[in-house]
Amino acid sequence: MKLPPFAYACPTTLPEAVQLLAASDGDAKALAGGQSLMPMLAFRLAHPTLLVDLRKLADLRGIRISEKGVTLGAMVRWRDIEDDARLDTAHPLLKAAIAHVAHYQIRNRGTVGGSIAHADPAAEMPGIVMTCDAEIAVVGKSGARVFQAADFFQGALTTMLEPDQIIVEVRLPPWPKGRRWGFQEFARRRGDFAMAAAAVFYDQDSRGRAMNAHVGAIGVGDRPLRLAGVEDVLNGQVIDDAVIAKAEAAAAAAVDPPDDIHASAAYRRALTGTMVERALKQATV
Amino acid sequence: MSVRFEVNGKEVEVEVEPRVTLADCLRHQLRLTGTHLGCEHGVCGACTVIVDGAAVRSCLMLAVQAEGAKVVTVEGLSNDADLTPLQKSFRKHHALQCGFCTPGMITTAHALLSEEPDCDAARVREVLSGNLCRCTGYISIVEAVLDARAAYKQGGA
Repeated sequence: MKLPPFAYACPTTLPEAVQLLAASDGDAKALAGGQSLMPMLAFRLAHPTLLVDLRKLADLRGIRISEKGVTLGAMVRWRDIEDDARLDTAHPLLKAAIAHVAHYQIRNRGTVGGSIAHADPAAEMPGIVMTCDAEIAVVGKSGARVFQAADFFQGALTTMLEPDQIIVEVRLPPWPKGRRWGFQEFARRRGDFAMAAAAVFYDQDSRGRAMNAHVGAIGVGDRPLRLAGVEDVLNGQVIDDAVIAKAEAAAAAAVDPPDDIHASAAYRRALTGTMVERALKQATV
Repeated sequence: MSVRFEVNGKEVEVEVEPRVTLADCLRHQLRLTGTHLGCEHGVCGACTVIVDGAAVRSCLMLAVQAEGAKVVTVEGLSNDADLTPLQKSFRKHHALQCGFCTPGMITTAHALLSEEPDCDAARVREVLSGNLCRCTGYISIVEAVLDARAAYKQGGA
């Protein structure tokens, strides 16, 4: 369908963008890459009176890598992550997850900030943010604020973001050398939303036992999930086939996915277990 | 709103409502009807055009966002003198049946081969996964793109 009518603004500074959003009393929407918002408009699921295009805000671009971790500007596109060779070592899990985002043409436009603000429970970036305990920095009319990932996602397409707030950047904690990780996703067709996906990583102590395990699940709840019960199974153990089997069972038991036209709840539960199993096998190779 | 950008090497200025997509602007205002619209919500890939070197879905971009950009449509990838190497390859491999998806296939393949003339079959399939062909002639399309690589390697496409 054709889009509903709206006004359009393309500010050149962040304060100006915040001002435009704040002045619209909740009826304006920030436009980043548009790869989720434009379909929402086409389906008439969103009816903003004003779109505030963030494309001229240079401060929101750029990938910074330091001992403090990886900072992704909100307007960093998937393509920028794919093209950045530093991330092969600075954050291989992020890079692996982004390879699953939609299609070639969409990866040329879609942005980190847009995906997080949209908060689709089956999207990769919110899942990585949750799994990695990332921080989300935002700016609004009452100033700057930082959200922890665990607090930010409130439900399907629902976040803590106020209508006048704009995501500025996402901060992923540092990625130590030698960290074990895996990312597995299942979709019926290449580029479709995940029916289930798992992101895992852990570090190892001097005797090869897992510690600091992080396990995330995507597409099986109303928001990206952390599976603390699965992390408990892994921590303190050498990750072998027996531990992986226990983790698989714990993952399947931990999620409560909905039935829908694509799959039954039972199927999605089993699939979550399988994704965690495969991600852990990937991590141990 | 008035918006200026470059289409197929030519500077254009058009008057559009903010809600008009780049796809509709190209088709209706500029009469470049080679860009096809299938789904109008970013799934089918038929409307793919090249904006500042990158293949994008023109139904998921507003015309006003193209301000200052260099846009190439399927019309910009042909010439009157002869078929291009990519067109020749599509012809040779029978890579089109009804032809509706073909503009999106050509623009996507051109963007890919311009950047990655050494891509393998898996990469071609991965990239073309964003373009639906309802005649399901995918195998010949992939073969056509692979066969066109040589021309891009020589820089003559």
